[in-house]
Amino acid sequence: MATDGTEVLIRTIASEEGEILAGWLSLLKTGGSLQSGRIREAELETQAKSVLGLLRDALRSGGTKADGEAYGALRDTLGDISRSRAIQGFTPTDTANFVLSLKEPVFDALSRASADDATQVAAGTWSASKVLDQLGLHTMEVFLQSREEIIGRQGEEIAELSTPVVRLWDGIIALPLIGTLDSARTGVVMENLLQAIVDEEAEIAIIDITGVPTVDTLVAQHLLKAIAAARLMGADCIVSGIRPQIAQTMVHLGVELNVVSKATLADAFAVALRRTGRTVVRKASVLPDENRR
Amino acid sequence: MDRIPILKLGGALIVTIQVDMHDRLAVALEEDLSERIVRTGARGVLIEISALEIVDSFIGRMLDNIAAVSRVLDAEVVVVGMRPAVAITLVELGLTLAGIKTALNVERGMAMIQARLAEEDADGVESAHGHREE
Amino acid sequence: MAIARSERLPIRSGDDVVRVRQITRTLSVEAGFGLVDQTKIVTAASELARNTLDYGGGGEVHCELLHEGRRKGLRLTFEDQGPGIPDVEKALTDHYTTGGGLGLGLGGAKRLSNEFHIESTVGVGTRVTIARWKST
Repeated sequence: MATDGTEVLIRTIASEEGEILAGWLSLLKTGGSLQSGRIREAELETQAKSVLGLLRDALRSGGTKADGEAYGALRDTLGDISRSRAIQGFTPTDTANFVLSLKEPVFDALSRASADDATQVAAGTWSASKVLDQLGLHTMEVFLQSREEIIGRQGEEIAELSTPVVRLWDGIIALPLIGTLDSARTGVVMENLLQAIVDEEAEIAIIDITGVPTVDTLVAQHLLKAIAAARLMGADCIVSGIRPQIAQTMVHLGVELNVVSKATLADAFAVALRRTGRTVVRKASVLPDENRR
Repeated sequence: MDRIPILKLGGALIVTIQVDMHDRLAVALEEDLSERIVRTGARGVLIEISALEIVDSFIGRMLDNIAAVSRVLDAEVVVVGMRPAVAITLVELGLTLAGIKTALNVERGMAMIQARLAEEDADGVESAHGHREE
Repeated sequence: MAIARSERLPIRSGDDVVRVRQITRTLSVEAGFGLVDQTKIVTAASELARNTLDYGGGGEVHCELLHEGRRKGLRLTFEDQGPGIPDVEKALTDHYTTGGGLGLGLGGAKRLSNEFHIESTVGVGTRVTIARWKST
């Protein structure tokens, strides 16, 4: 039964290719693929034509086994289309519909071509359904994978952007941390911190955690790792920006940061200057006394 | 079999590790260093590791041994030039190199050693190697 | 999952440990690992190779470059026919050592890898497998 269905399908697609393509494209257009202007008509036509051709070839050599080798080229093409849809901002439904809307014109063609034989129509319809469902799912999967890759990349960029290192003075750098410190982020933070120590020949690195919402045992562990790594490269660390609530939480949890810590970045900077043998001297004021307020 | 060369600079000894260390080489280095510290009265040992792409627990143990022996002989060990990727890996590995001072480069390392010597001389305390000055 | 490249190396001497590091480095570069990830897996390989040599009486390592969909990874399997490890849990705790080492080899290799698997039978031998995947 299944082989008959495939034969009917192949025959029908071969003889009615033009009508099927036209029907498909008209469905896609009314379905809104072009309205948002995200894809051009010519591009859509090229994609549809290519997919239909590949489907016909795949059916011929591989039957309805959509995950088999014969369908490799078709799966790749659909994968590319799906990926570009993901980047162009289409919804997963739009992308799946690209494949699934092929059903209607194919069923119509089957009814026309085997009008006098209901069994043939049924067999052909079943084969078409089977194949197109599998291909539709494949498209979804590739789409979701691409979205995940994009999100992953964006996460990395955010991590990079939120760990700038600032040179405060000769040999003194500051690392203002914004946001929470998880294990992935700690890796980026350590790399940035250590590279800055090398580039700036820093002796002291001030890690400011004003922008870190909570410091629990895990966050503390990550901080300690970064501090240990900096020490191995000859830089001492000072932690600053510890808010009162954070200090309380840390004491409650028994978290110990065995490093000098200061409430503000300014205090930490003062300590760093002293440690590197510098003093800040206020020179005599230039303005007359009454104006100094 | 080659031995790692040890240079003398001021009151310190400098060792640059550039090759993949294996057991015999490590043992030879530990022996050579102890012997040179005693013979020269060196008060500092600078170990330069900027060429090392990997520091595993074997090297870690070697550095700990060198530091321990040097301490007994009243010389301070400073490890310099660790690569960022190595530092990150060591922390993950759990190798703390506690008790070993570190510095960014040879210049800073030497400054550290000179500072310590100057401090002690200024104190006027008779150093352990005073008896070697006969 | 496909195996793009496979290499087997004997671990019978200190020089072999060096070779293990070198091949691990080469394969991790091929897998597209960043410098920190390269350093981590080469260091883990060095630890396990030394263990194989010092405690396992020598053995071999099987290095495989893996492709899984779009991501690439490196898997190393260290095998020996040595005395085996009676208490694996204990062996994984830091600073536990029977041979005067730092006791960080097994636990350290685990921390430095994305995947870690160990099988050991007393009197038969030990097999340790680690894997690291390219972080997208």
